[in-house]
Amino acid sequence: MIQINELHKSYRMGSNELHVLKGINLDIKEGEFVSIMGSSGSGKSTLLNIIGMLDVAERGEYILDNVPIENLSEKKAAIYRNKFLGFIFQSFNLINYKNAAENVALPLYYQGISRKIRKEKSLYYLEKVGLADWAHHLPSELSGGQKQRVAIARALASEPKVLLADEPTGALDTKTSYEVMDFLQGINDEGKTILVVTHEPDIADMTKRIVQLKDGVIEKDTFVEQVRASEHV
Amino acid sequence: MFDLDRWREILQTINKNKLRTLLAGFTVTLGILIFTILFGMGNGLKNTFYEAFQDDAQNTIFIYPGFAKKPFKGFKENRRIEFENEDLDFLKEKFEGRIQHITARIRKGVTAKYKNEYGNYTVRAVHPSHQYIEQTDIEKGRYVNENDIKTDARIAVIGRLVEKDLFGNEDALGEYFNIEGIIYRVVGVFSDKGSGDREERTIYTPVSTTQLIYKNTEKIDQINLMYDINIGANGARKLSKEIEKELKKKHNVAPSDQNGIYVRNQIEDLEETLNVANVLQIIVLWIGIGTLFAGVIGISNIMVYIVKERTKELGIRKALGAKPSSVIGMILQETIVVTLLFGYIGLLIGNLILNSMGNKLEDWFITNPNVSQGTIIGATIILVLSGLIAGYIPARRAAKVKPIVALRDE
Repeated sequence: MIQINELHKSYRMGSNELHVLKGINLDIKEGEFVSIMGSSGSGKSTLLNIIGMLDVAERGEYILDNVPIENLSEKKAAIYRNKFLGFIFQSFNLINYKNAAENVALPLYYQGISRKIRKEKSLYYLEKVGLADWAHHLPSELSGGQKQRVAIARALASEPKVLLADEPTGALDTKTSYEVMDFLQGINDEGKTILVVTHEPDIADMTKRIVQLKDGVIEKDTFVEQVRASEHV
Repeated sequence: MFDLDRWREILQTINKNKLRTLLAGFTVTLGILIFTILFGMGNGLKNTFYEAFQDDAQNTIFIYPGFAKKPFKGFKENRRIEFENEDLDFLKEKFEGRIQHITARIRKGVTAKYKNEYGNYTVRAVHPSHQYIEQTDIEKGRYVNENDIKTDARIAVIGRLVEKDLFGNEDALGEYFNIEGIIYRVVGVFSDKGSGDREERTIYTPVSTTQLIYKNTEKIDQINLMYDINIGANGARKLSKEIEKELKKKHNVAPSDQNGIYVRNQIEDLEETLNVANVLQIIVLWIGIGTLFAGVIGISNIMVYIVKERTKELGIRKALGAKPSSVIGMILQETIVVTLLFGYIGLLIGNLILNSMGNKLEDWFITNPNVSQGTIIGATIILVLSGLIAGYIPARRAAKVKPIVALRDE
């Protein structure tokens, strides 16, 4: 699903150059549940941003679902993001003046789907994350865990190939974190490819493969025995 | 533009951020309001000018004698020029084809009396043609006619206010009253709206009667004539030049003497006055456009701020697949909608104020201030254009929002 070869990225900070990614090689198959770990500054967020087409690599190859991602114009990036990827953020990033259902429907709006189908789909995915009763509530009326579940529903609504989650549990307590991971595991069980960036080992243990980043290179890449989140809830 | 979903998006954004929208729109409302009122006032000023001229027929020429300032053909300087009946006949004959109506006018300040009531009025001794030149409306009875001239009839046509002053509630028609000791019979009452009270305190008498009573002369103060409108503005100018030339020759006034004989052509006066009014309106228009522009800059500033405030939202939208064109379109359309909406509010309030003013400002030379349909259409186009200008910079800024920057956690 995702193939990355010799990926490099550096940032210019005044006169010195900061080499963040120093040749990343990564191959992720369909249906995998991968966590990218590393201390801050290891380059894990940069890698995720490049995979999410929010940032561009300097050098190297990135192929997503057999489509080489290169020479991205902003328009093309927007179309690819919309078609291939679903995003989950640490700070949820819901639009605060739109209710839960409208937030979930937003990526569908940018796909040009009709209003009626958008409504049906957004309700379907809200039900999937157990928030059908909260469809008409604003984000400010939801708890942190509920907000993240709305965000997951939104990421799923566009039926992406890959879910990208950047510290999805970073702003949540342990119990709520496990609930969210339980959802993600359920979605992965249905066959969706998921990529999670985290620095919490217990969260990483709930995925199936852990990629350790250090100083811009992959230090360790191991398949692990998945810990089911439901056992801890 | 006609994407229903886009409209829903925009209406929702506006609806959910009322205060922000209100702030953005306020400057536009104010700008348009001031524009409308200034423009309406300008129109009111023009209306006053028009009305002042509409009272009298516009294809008229007034001719009156003055003092010849230059010696000519053995005649002394500072000589008083006077017109007599034969001057009128001379013009009538000479310019027969071009003159439609011609009348003499003799003006006297008089005291008129009826029973115990009396007052000071202006008598104008005229020919019947005067009615057409002055556009006098007869309310009852009749005007001076040819027969009155022939018989030196002691009749008078009095203004509406003369009747009111002297006769009170009585009907003046057919009654006899006294002008400077001479008894006249009232044969008509006239009104002259738009010229003010002074005009309606005038008394018309036959020119021959007045000449007979006042020392039996042939003298007349002034000749007014109405020319055939088909000769056009240039024809009218030519006609007044020719009249001046002929009369100067007849009265031995040097052709270069500016003061001997005055020939005033209404059309020239009208053109001059309207030019002044137009210049005034252009000045007003520029002030209005300046105000409008200040409004546009205001809304543009606020939109820039709004885009900054919405950076995160725009980043989310882009991360979810919004194309740059979609973001630009959204911001631009939102600005236009806000500009139009609040502009119309300003237009509406401005119109209401203008309408409520009505003719209350007549004393300040502003009659019926208003803005025309054409101006409203023009204002709409200006509004949409200003919306585009105001929205362009913020929209471009919005399109440049990098999702990765926007979504960075604080």
